[in-house]
Amino acid sequence: MNPLLEVTGISKRFGPTIALENVSLSAHAGRVLALIGENGAGKSTLLKTLSGAHRADAGTMSLEGRPYRPSSPIDARDSGVAIVYQELTLAPDLSVEDNVMLGRTGTGAGTLFRSNQRAAVTEALHRVGLHHVSPKARTGDQSVATQQLIEVARALISDAKIILFDEPTSSLPAADVDRLFQIIDNLRSRGLAIIYISHFLEEVRRVADDYAVLRDGNSVGSGQLASITDDQIISLMVGRDVDDLFPSVPHEIGEVRLEVEDLGAAPMPKDVSLALRRGEIFGVAGLVGAGRTELLRCLFALEPTYAGHVRLDGRRLPHNVRGRRKAGFGLLSEDRKNEGLAQNLSIVENLAMGNHDRYTTAGWINLKARLRDAREWIKKVEIKAQDPGQSVSELSGGNQQKVAIARLLAQDAEIYLLDEPTKGIDVGTKAEIYRMMGELAADGKTVIFVSSYLPELLAVCDRVGVMTRGRLAETRDADQWDEEELMVAALAAVEER
Amino acid sequence: MTENQTRRNKLHWLTSFRHGPTLALLAIIALFALLDWQFGSGRFFSPRNARVIVNSAALIAVPALGMTMIIIAGGIDLSAGTALTLSGTALAIAFRDYTIPADQAGAATWIAAALALGLGVGILCGLINGLIISLTEMVPFIVTLGTMTIFLGLGQVIADESTVYPESGHLPDWLRYLCYTGSNSDHYWLGFLHIPSSALIAIVLGLLVAAVMHFTVFGRNVVAIGSNASTARLCGIRVGWTTALVYALAGVFVAVGALLYFANVKNGNPSDGTGKELEIIAAVVLGGGSLSGGRGSVLGTIIGALIIKTISSGCTMLSIPNTYTHIIIGVIIIIAVLIDGLRNGAPKWLFDRLR
Repeated sequence: MNPLLEVTGISKRFGPTIALENVSLSAHAGRVLALIGENGAGKSTLLKTLSGAHRADAGTMSLEGRPYRPSSPIDARDSGVAIVYQELTLAPDLSVEDNVMLGRTGTGAGTLFRSNQRAAVTEALHRVGLHHVSPKARTGDQSVATQQLIEVARALISDAKIILFDEPTSSLPAADVDRLFQIIDNLRSRGLAIIYISHFLEEVRRVADDYAVLRDGNSVGSGQLASITDDQIISLMVGRDVDDLFPSVPHEIGEVRLEVEDLGAAPMPKDVSLALRRGEIFGVAGLVGAGRTELLRCLFALEPTYAGHVRLDGRRLPHNVRGRRKAGFGLLSEDRKNEGLAQNLSIVENLAMGNHDRYTTAGWINLKARLRDAREWIKKVEIKAQDPGQSVSELSGGNQQKVAIARLLAQDAEIYLLDEPTKGIDVGTKAEIYRMMGELAADGKTVIFVSSYLPELLAVCDRVGVMTRGRLAETRDADQWDEEELMVAALAAVEER
Repeated sequence: MTENQTRRNKLHWLTSFRHGPTLALLAIIALFALLDWQFGSGRFFSPRNARVIVNSAALIAVPALGMTMIIIAGGIDLSAGTALTLSGTALAIAFRDYTIPADQAGAATWIAAALALGLGVGILCGLINGLIISLTEMVPFIVTLGTMTIFLGLGQVIADESTVYPESGHLPDWLRYLCYTGSNSDHYWLGFLHIPSSALIAIVLGLLVAAVMHFTVFGRNVVAIGSNASTARLCGIRVGWTTALVYALAGVFVAVGALLYFANVKNGNPSDGTGKELEIIAAVVLGGGSLSGGRGSVLGTIIGALIIKTISSGCTMLSIPNTYTHIIIGVIIIIAVLIDGLRNGAPKWLFDRLR
């Protein structure tokens, strides 16, 4: 069978940086192609080239046997290639139907004929399983999972032949991932070609038929997933063997350091009590919206609490960010882009933010010392950057995360509150982050590790607690859990209500 | 890193304003010099006119220094113009009512008191803005839009809705000649150089602010807040407190600007300030300031003020009516910011066609 989309020898460079070099792949109707690669491997550039956001410097693409050269994303969509981005691109204040129809032509002299479009919108929503969502509802009020499906509906309504998914599950809780996969299965059986980008090999196995691996902008392998093992895929991705995805660092658990008593905030968390020890990595599992992020933010005093208190080494801490930081708390935000880092500032500035005391006398900064320090951190946590003065937005996701983590390390925190530290970063960097967490524990620090990715929680943590509806439902030693039990525990209390 | 880059980093605080504004200024000077030589009176490219331009630019540049800090912090101050004339009017009233002739004994105390009053009014105006913005977390645009008319009204109240004329004998000599642009060496601080004192003040204050922005924790915190206030909060920076301080500091520069303005016109007209804030903001933006925060250059702002005043002076020399001068300045602001934006990547539609 001829491929629906064929990409041959695509190259793309940005200035001196080669993003893609001689990349080829083919996507077939009725099959799901998984595009795999570390961050910075060129997946996003390839995706943007396919969707018309970038134009390739060399190479050809063909769609249904005809040359395909989209001049813009709209052009691509009109040709039948739609994309569902990792970050939602919906306008939160518009209604669901307006978002589904956004950018669609055929509304006639700039006027909207809502009645004409409603039937089509409803049908598209049904096809992605959103029977319960009113087309008139405000988009921003929908859950992240629903919004993602609305994006899929938007792709469907443009009669897409190919839908590209850019890491669609990175912001989804596990239950919604299943739903998304059902819908992808459904789309596949309707004869669409799907290109699916993900870091999660388990996911890729569940959803995809074929694979294509990119490394450093080159195609390094492709074929049917059935004929390759995970280890082989990983060694293709990183260009070396990864013996251990979860490097373990032996660490000793000591006395209780952090005590949390009946912590409550509106609307979450509720009555959370915890006692964490020196050298302990404590995992927090749960669905998105279960209050895990809120718990960390309350511990860091970023959000007001109405009940309970927090003690460190028996000392009660005042409820303000500066106080918590001084006491040794450090928070890694789950939202690297909007909160974790100041994207348009340099690596140096980001590392120094809040840490200026180290090289300051009487309010005046020793810029030399600051730069030297930044260089050391870049070396220590192996941030891939051209220059410490480079703006953070130019770094890949994994390297950005390393900057954010290095800032916590530079702060010399005692209690690390890590909110989804491995979200959207590649396998190699993930392993490095696990190792860093292990080293912190070995160094006598305490780590709270919030994650939606159960395998990493079980592999890295000493204990894992499950949050549901703002409460810390159950805590066990990590080896007393398996993934299914965690899932059941996360869902249990939801069903009770 | 190469030797060259290291050297560049060392002078980073001086050179961080990109050269665009400077080149634009040179081009504008060259253009007007040429036009004036061909079609005008030939007086544009003269030392005296240079002094006039530099002096009038200083009047904008000084309050624009505070505005630069505010804009870097991601804010805006629409009340700068009326706060400036409120402070200037207060100063004028003090010199009209409470000061004995400058050459008599005891005058110094009164003069100091009058200056302190003007300064206090400026700082107070800034502090009010800063406190409202940081305590209520309202949008700076709206807050300062409100205080803009409040300050205008207050000025009119204290001046009885008329222009305040202090007796010229009440003014000390140094104040009277602060904005002097004539040819008598005695009236300049640096007699051999003939640079208006107002310009010297602007340069000194500009260097001071540039140093504060680059070398102090406060300055870097301001940049951090303007780039991403959430990140700043996460890093334990006192966002509200720092913001309030930035506006209060900007009030200092508004007050100094008011002093210069008063020294220039030697009266206090509370209604003069309307529209001045836009000229001040334009200087910052021409100098590379970004209204989305996190970016701005002190020395760029000074160049921006020079650009604006060079254009108005050039147009005057060419006998272009005032109305057209406004249009020309407006067009140049838009083009300058567009060109500046091109450095960060062309607009998408244009970029697609350029490839």
